[in-house]
Amino acid sequence: MSVLVLAELDNGALSASTARIVAAASQLGPVDLLVPGPAAAADQAATIAGIAKVIHAKEVVLADGLANLLAGLAEPYTVIAAAASTTGKDVMPRLAAKLDIQPVTDIVAIEAPNRFVRPVYAGNALETVTDGQAKHVLTFRASAFRPAASGNAAPIQPLDAQIASAARFIAAHRTQSDIPDLSTAQIVVGGGVSVGSAEGFKLVEQLGHVLGAAIGATRAAVDAGYAPNDWQVGQTGKIIAPDLYIAVGISGALQHLAGIQGAKKIIAINTDPEAPIVKIADLALIGDLFEILPQLTAELEKSGLKR
Amino acid sequence: MKILVAVKRVVDHNVRIRVRPDGSGVETNGVRMSMNPFCKHAVEAAVQLAEAGSADEVVIVSIGPKAANDVILTALAMGAHRGILVESDQSLETLVIAKLLARIVDEEQPDLVLLGKQAVDDDSNHVGQMLAALTDRPQATFASEIKLDGNALEVTREVDSGRETIALPLPAIVTADLRLNTPRNAALPMVMKARSKPLAVRPVAEFGVDLTPRLKVEQVASPPERAAGKRVNSVAELATAIAADINEMEAI
Repeated sequence: MSVLVLAELDNGALSASTARIVAAASQLGPVDLLVPGPAAAADQAATIAGIAKVIHAKEVVLADGLANLLAGLAEPYTVIAAAASTTGKDVMPRLAAKLDIQPVTDIVAIEAPNRFVRPVYAGNALETVTDGQAKHVLTFRASAFRPAASGNAAPIQPLDAQIASAARFIAAHRTQSDIPDLSTAQIVVGGGVSVGSAEGFKLVEQLGHVLGAAIGATRAAVDAGYAPNDWQVGQTGKIIAPDLYIAVGISGALQHLAGIQGAKKIIAINTDPEAPIVKIADLALIGDLFEILPQLTAELEKSGLKR
Repeated sequence: MKILVAVKRVVDHNVRIRVRPDGSGVETNGVRMSMNPFCKHAVEAAVQLAEAGSADEVVIVSIGPKAANDVILTALAMGAHRGILVESDQSLETLVIAKLLARIVDEEQPDLVLLGKQAVDDDSNHVGQMLAALTDRPQATFASEIKLDGNALEVTREVDSGRETIALPLPAIVTADLRLNTPRNAALPMVMKARSKPLAVRPVAEFGVDLTPRLKVEQVASPPERAAGKRVNSVAELATAIAADINEMEAI
């Protein structure tokens, strides 16, 4: 069974989730990795364990182009896979329909080479499906898999395909920051609508900074304009699985809980002892976040954490 | 310009779902059903384009049991012009749905097809992209802003790294995200009026699409429950616990 994986790129650089998708996909067979981006990303990709070959193509960013690129390469592969990211979600169903395949997406566990577990109803149920098709188109949820090791030196095969898109890229509006990537971070500090303002979110960010954590936000906080949309955690935002999630002023709406189900440990800071998130948290401190956060940040700074 | 909007009838998003004890699926008998929230944003976007004079006709299509008439009526009450129900009592995979929609697109030749980005039952997030492939049209998924400029669309999409803007020539396929707009609640006179708008009911067999599922659902289970944890009473205690957690993490 041979596998073709589409690398996850972020602004031309290889994303941390690529090594996780490769780890998942290499359970199904040797992996060839397609990197449609800069040569440096292909070089970096070649070091990921489990990769037989890197296929390096010119940068292609839009779904119709990427689906065409993958369709052109698909023939010899049994499995074509990508991350369940906004790119994977954009491209893989389009590719699947072109190949007349029913895809299996958002996979969180592999039970057999053609049997997969995926969440439905915002993670309130887990569905196990067997895919009896001759070829499989899959997306994996990066946060559900551990990253593959590095140290490989896979050969890089350049691909000289010219891929056109009917759609045209105009502009990216990126959130500039040096904080860790939310979907693969080990620690995440999330803020809810009770944080009250973009200014209030600075307190959340300060705590995050001390912990070397990524910053998350609920949909309500994003809708209110307190945080950018790419911080949104939940059914329609990012699905995260950090070792530690600190939920600040978050009540725990179903769609937010859907996004943090994979967190190993949850700490809640909330005024309401009856909040749903307090009930599922491993540890909770009841009180006013505006008093607690500055004190907590100061205490942790004092303790000299090495992050 | 003609706009086609596909809508799905799903378990109402406020209902706390229950997995059937035999693992055969999620209980839908006697459960409140309504229009998938993302589809509502797609309908609202289409109706706004019609109100702005950019679109002459908004056609709603739903694929499902007879009861899916309800969600078409909801869309007609929001301001859409006519509806098509492709009636099927069978549960259909997303590839089949996309193939059926592609037939409707062939017949109707819409300039723009709007869909919700995903349905809140199977959470697949497939159909818009698949329909775009089958009709060979460009796509913009996760749209949070749509601007129509002559024969081109400018769509801002919500992506993992923030937002991005792309241009699409028409005809095109766009899937709606939550921040695209605020869907209206239709006033009673509009609800009454919706009943007199044309609604064609067509059996799924008429389309000659193979409905056989490709995937076998082995079981549906509840996720493991989280046990309740404990309380700490002071910031100092919390800081100590967090520091201990982090030391443990670093040790692994």
